[in-house]
Amino acid sequence: MSVLLVLPILLPLLTGAATLVLRPSRLLQRTLGVAGAAALMVASLLLLAAVAKHGIIATELGNWPAPFGITLVADRFSAIMVVLAALMGLAVAIYSLGSMDAGREKEGYYPFYHFMLMGVCGVFLTGDLFNLYVWFEVMLIASFVLMALGGERRQLEGALKYVMINLVSSLIFLAAIGILYGAAGTLNMADLAQQLPLVDPGLVTTLAMLFLVSFGIKSAIFPLFFWLPASYHTPPVAVSAIFAGLLTKVGVYSLIRVFTLLFIQDVGFTHFLILLLSGLTMLTGVLGAMSHDEFRRILSFHIISQVGYMIMGLGLYTPLALAGSIFYIIHHIIVKTNLFLVSGVAHRLGGTYELAGLRDLYRLAPGLSILFVISAFSLAGVPPLSGFWAKLILLRAGLETGEYLIVAVALLVGLLTLFSMTKIWGKAFWQEPLQPQPMPHRTGGHRRPLYLLYLPMTALALLTVAIGLLAEPVFLFSMQAAEQLLDPAAYIETVLRGGR
Amino acid sequence: MEFLLALVIGALFGSGIYLILRRNPVKLVIGLGLLSNAVNLLIFVAAGLTRGMPPLIHEPAVRPLEGIADPLPQALILTAIVISFGMLAFTLVLFRRTFETVGKADLDELREETDQ
Repeated sequence: MSVLLVLPILLPLLTGAATLVLRPSRLLQRTLGVAGAAALMVASLLLLAAVAKHGIIATELGNWPAPFGITLVADRFSAIMVVLAALMGLAVAIYSLGSMDAGREKEGYYPFYHFMLMGVCGVFLTGDLFNLYVWFEVMLIASFVLMALGGERRQLEGALKYVMINLVSSLIFLAAIGILYGAAGTLNMADLAQQLPLVDPGLVTTLAMLFLVSFGIKSAIFPLFFWLPASYHTPPVAVSAIFAGLLTKVGVYSLIRVFTLLFIQDVGFTHFLILLLSGLTMLTGVLGAMSHDEFRRILSFHIISQVGYMIMGLGLYTPLALAGSIFYIIHHIIVKTNLFLVSGVAHRLGGTYELAGLRDLYRLAPGLSILFVISAFSLAGVPPLSGFWAKLILLRAGLETGEYLIVAVALLVGLLTLFSMTKIWGKAFWQEPLQPQPMPHRTGGHRRPLYLLYLPMTALALLTVAIGLLAEPVFLFSMQAAEQLLDPAAYIETVLRGGR
Repeated sequence: MEFLLALVIGALFGSGIYLILRRNPVKLVIGLGLLSNAVNLLIFVAAGLTRGMPPLIHEPAVRPLEGIADPLPQALILTAIVISFGMLAFTLVLFRRTFETVGKADLDELREETDQ
């Protein structure tokens, strides 16, 4: 069973290494890239099945017993995150076949793509804080390369901001790890959960704030989000899509992990602060989205406002609320990636990402319009799509805990999201052309079959609908995952007795 | 010793943050380097300083003596040094490429452009 924990890290590593060696052959790279992502998908589903069947599983690397060696752990939350990472990895890998230009493919797009997936899976599976830092860096350096690959001016400028702020965030994280080790004498998260109650509570809260800032930068919460809309719209759309789907959610995952397992001594202060930040994050994100007119930049601002919903569940800190957060993450990763993928096709058809330049897409591509509507309505929370249930659970949890203000903010932000989505719809899809124009032909000349783009988009849209229509199993799973998070005893025990 | 190192770390953090707020990209990279060294020293000091007791196990014994220096923070720092070295190297190359493309070595030139 321990091999299931290692495979989600090993498979992307092998795929990345193989595609790196096979760089001269474009065909082999492309084949292997998709095959590796598919294998990761299978491995992650097996892991999910094992976790659902046996509960939390853990393994010790190199047979060093738990508080000393590095542990890999998978509970329900980790497992579902790995599945989502693999799913997005596969969908965007297929989309890349149809959208990535030959130059970037030759310069090593596929190897770094898979190294990034390895980092993401590593973050989700590790049970050790310093190891978490290392996986973060693996993910970051690969994402730096992906963002700058191709070397266009806009890309480099975006990458610079992205790189700088993320390096600063990593340094804060590392400093917090150092102080935490000095205070508690261990970095194994399960062991830390046992040791932290013995540490001076003032110091623990200070450390919690350092972690909040560091992970807050990575997950783009208020007021630490400025790097995201300045960089996410600059790389090729496949890169934007996988970043939008996964990278900020890695930050959210880390926040949820440390604020349910480690920093639970002073919930009244820390989690109230998170709740406050979540409301501000939602609001500023959606207001930013409303004031922009570039397709991908609007979507980038929506990532911020959606991250607000995810940490709202953490701030409320009840089983239902956390289940809402997890449901929201599942829904959001699928929908947001899909919206970016749709914007890529819109760009190919219209030649621009500016809403002012896009017109009449509904007539040009009715199929694309339907995919957009499904994802956009799901993002805004229109029943019966997945976003509706995600928001409903969070609102219900908010009402149950009596936090009426955050519920009001969440409802308002949902409404504004719908407004901003109808803006894209009205301008880019619905608006009639000024005068009959010839189809815009872009230079570049790499016309590849569109089905490679439509296949992953359709699959993700169907998944959104399926989660909406069959919300109950997903909700039950999220609920069980949330209960596991809120009762760390099982996690601690599994890790410390070495997963046996 | 702790007090002295605390001052050094504080000075490194202070100057690092000052430098990353400059407009000159070279100063920015130097600032990053200073900050990563400050963090490495912080790990070293926070974990406790022990003088003259290396964590070695001498021949007949099977476990180290009491009161030895903790080897783990040193391993952490070693890893962190390698990572920050790689990151810094990448940042340098990225800066060079960016400012070659932009044509000016001034971060204020990277203002958001309204072009598509």
